[in-house]
Amino acid sequence: MNKNGFGKKLVTAPYTLWMVIFVVVPIALVIYYAFTDADGGFTFENMTYIFEYGKTFLVSIELALISTAICLVMAYPVAYGISRFEARRQQTMIMLVMLPMWMNFLIRTYAWMTILEGNGLINRALRYFGSDGFGMINTEGAVVLGMVYNFLPYMILPIYTVLTKIDVSTIEAAKDLGAGRRNVFRRVLLPMSVPGIISGITMVFVPAVSTFVISKLLGGGKTFLIGDIIENYFLGNTGMINYNIGASLSLVLMVLILISMTVMNHFDKDAGEGEGVLVG
Amino acid sequence: MKLLSKVYNFLVFGFLYAPIAVMIVYSFNSEKSRTNFGSFSFRWYQELFNDDIILKSLYVSLLVAVLSALAATLIGTLAAVGIDSMKAPLKRAYLMVNNIPVVNPDIVTAVSMMILFVFVITRINGLNMGFGTLLIAHITFNIPYVILSVLPKLRGMNSNIYDAALDLGCPPLKSFMKVVVPEILPGIITGFIMAFTLSLDDFVISYFNSGSTAQTLPVTIYSMTKRPYSPKINALSTLLFISVMLLLVVVNIRQSAGVKKDKKTIKKEVR
Amino acid sequence: MTNNHIIDLKNISVSLGGEQILKNMNLYINDKEFITLLGPSGCGKTTTLRIIGGFLEPDEGDVIFGGKRVNGVPPHKRRVNTIFQRYALFPHLNVFENVAFGLRIKKLPEKEIRQTVDEMLKLVNLSGFDKRNVNSLSGGQQQRVAIARALAVNPKVLLLDEPLGALDLKLRKDMQVELKNIQQRLGITFIYVTHDQEEALSMSDTIVVMDGGVIQQIGSPLDIYNEPKNAFVADFIGESNIVDGVMVRDFCAEFAGSRFECLDKGFSEREAVDIVIRPEDVDVVPTEKGMLSGVVTSVTFKGVHFEIIVDVRGFKWMIQTTDYEAVGNVIGLRIEPDAIHVMKKSVYSGRYGDYSSFSDEIDMLSDTSYEEESVPDE
Repeated sequence: MNKNGFGKKLVTAPYTLWMVIFVVVPIALVIYYAFTDADGGFTFENMTYIFEYGKTFLVSIELALISTAICLVMAYPVAYGISRFEARRQQTMIMLVMLPMWMNFLIRTYAWMTILEGNGLINRALRYFGSDGFGMINTEGAVVLGMVYNFLPYMILPIYTVLTKIDVSTIEAAKDLGAGRRNVFRRVLLPMSVPGIISGITMVFVPAVSTFVISKLLGGGKTFLIGDIIENYFLGNTGMINYNIGASLSLVLMVLILISMTVMNHFDKDAGEGEGVLVG
Repeated sequence: MKLLSKVYNFLVFGFLYAPIAVMIVYSFNSEKSRTNFGSFSFRWYQELFNDDIILKSLYVSLLVAVLSALAATLIGTLAAVGIDSMKAPLKRAYLMVNNIPVVNPDIVTAVSMMILFVFVITRINGLNMGFGTLLIAHITFNIPYVILSVLPKLRGMNSNIYDAALDLGCPPLKSFMKVVVPEILPGIITGFIMAFTLSLDDFVISYFNSGSTAQTLPVTIYSMTKRPYSPKINALSTLLFISVMLLLVVVNIRQSAGVKKDKKTIKKEVR
Repeated sequence: MTNNHIIDLKNISVSLGGEQILKNMNLYINDKEFITLLGPSGCGKTTTLRIIGGFLEPDEGDVIFGGKRVNGVPPHKRRVNTIFQRYALFPHLNVFENVAFGLRIKKLPEKEIRQTVDEMLKLVNLSGFDKRNVNSLSGGQQQRVAIARALAVNPKVLLLDEPLGALDLKLRKDMQVELKNIQQRLGITFIYVTHDQEEALSMSDTIVVMDGGVIQQIGSPLDIYNEPKNAFVADFIGESNIVDGVMVRDFCAEFAGSRFECLDKGFSEREAVDIVIRPEDVDVVPTEKGMLSGVVTSVTFKGVHFEIIVDVRGFKWMIQTTDYEAVGNVIGLRIEPDAIHVMKKSVYSGRYGDYSSFSDEIDMLSDTSYEEESVPDE
């Protein structure tokens, strides 16, 4: 457009102001709190809590990675299957994938409590068949299950999207050049769906590694994730509240996500402008 | 192979829907039990509609969703127009900041805003966490999504059409309203719907930034999960599920009807 | 001389993003004429158009419209209208509403709008298309709607920015004729931008050849073709053999090792010059009758004629002839005095070599480059 336009500078002003006050300043405050004590003096002490909670960080990352991997393995065939259907069926199937996503994830997680509990449906069914049943709730397995259940659609959708965008003639070309099923998948389909896989992984890993609800509801206070710790420092019991430590842990979590996204983006060199700018 | 993939799809969809099915079934249970099914009843629906806390939090949720989506759509659409016409380096900087709330884990966004609010509240008398902070927080995480849905429309638009309107004697602001807005309207609407649903669905950010006076529905549900089992949640979930499903079906039918209509007009034109 | 200039551009300079696009440009445009700005991508032709349209303000210089300075007058207040590259139709409006857009802005009575739109659609042969969605139209039809839309507001000057660039060859030829007809019938000024020299030659009253933000030559199509001012113009318009030469004296030039009689004069004695000889002006004759002789290195059949490349003392000439010559034949070349055009040396001298690396494909590629021409956004 051009200079004669309608105050182009002015239209971004409210946005700029808003984003500075409510996005940039808060991030700056997180950094400030992370490196100061209760009286505002500069300190590195908060950062030492990273080591205290080192194991929690590791467990969070481990469980998130396992969930992400399971989601990927589960989602790819589904996404591929859907992308092969005729257009109308595809639309319906995708709607079915999205429908649970539109339910609040608290409700979805709560539903699993009902199923996994000691007196829950599964155990009752097992007992009916003569087995003793076993403790499923309040285990790391239950937490992983909750993560997979909640975030599976986030993996299916982006993979499905890239798969539908792949020109069928490229697959035909590969077959024409002598590639069998396996090779078509390995040399054409998989490399071309990398952008979808990458965004799927990010969309699952980020909420999984930072959750505190799933671990609370399905981990039953036995499995502590880093999200639980942060929540405790901000909204826990009165004696526990400490914004400075909470801020330092949040900062570390933020940096962790940033690093993993940079790494992921590295694999996806063709990232379009939209995704490419996510980490600058 | 075909059969295998069908069975597999069936299993995955079963996995996705089984827990929801369980909730729906137990929402009609006359007993307060997670396992025994007494008889069919609407008991929990009745209790749900008599629960003032739930009803009030539903109202708060809807109010904050509408207000924050409106504000975010207005601020975001204007900003998108500005950002679209920026030069590359500045544009990159803006988009990077824009993406911070999108990329950051919800909990980080939540605590960062909470720190800001507490920082201000403790320094100014008479301020408190409440509906105001809740609304600000929701607008903040909604704006980036509006930008992200409007920008591609602006980019895909033939930028000459604005010039063409000027060229035909239309003054700038009018040109924008008459020519640019209709072009990017689908993006604006998508942005609004996205903002609205994200806001309705949000728990983490509301949980940290609402205080005790303005709890949204998800926050209320969360506090209910901590208390002894109440099938009211099942009833509530069933209602939510049905309304979401109806909404999606309506949207879907309207879309395919739209497609049909397009096909018809094209056919007519070909003849 | 009576001055019937409708537009005067005086000492116009423009820089965009640190790059100078127009350098001290002076150009006047007569009322009712069909003038074409011709040049390669990035020569400044579209920028010139945008300045006239009011979409861009020059850094220096005056834009005079009908005797009045219009610098700073916004586009919606200028009585010029533009046909944009790729038409810029409003996708949310149907054909009728697109054409009516400018009239509605003027708040004309509905009856008058209907009448004008009908008239315009008839003019561009789109009667009965009123209710059609513009996206369902073919490229040629969209083009016509764009023309009708611009003409509906009764402009004094119509600016056309590579309007036919997106059309295929056949359609382009038809539209050329039609545009010329419309211009003559309505008697308004057309300022036409293109990089296609054939288009420029066949439609224009006046051609302005531009390169590097500088006007290289202004003249009628015949002048431009027959009397190019420098090697750039000679090369850009049509095919030409451009060889180094020396003016021995008036009416006598020396090149390719021989002396030739010519019709040019007014150069200083022994002045180094560029000589242009069009491929169709060279006669193929038996060697003993030729003024020059050379070996045929390639032959291409072009339908009406053969295009042959002849190696004359290491310089490859292009010659168009109706007689077939086999590759390897030694032939004589004959050049009549009126076929020789002598040009002063310029910055472009020596930049255009011979036809040793000539290929059709390169021409094809440059034909599709119109999209890159658009002025960078601000």
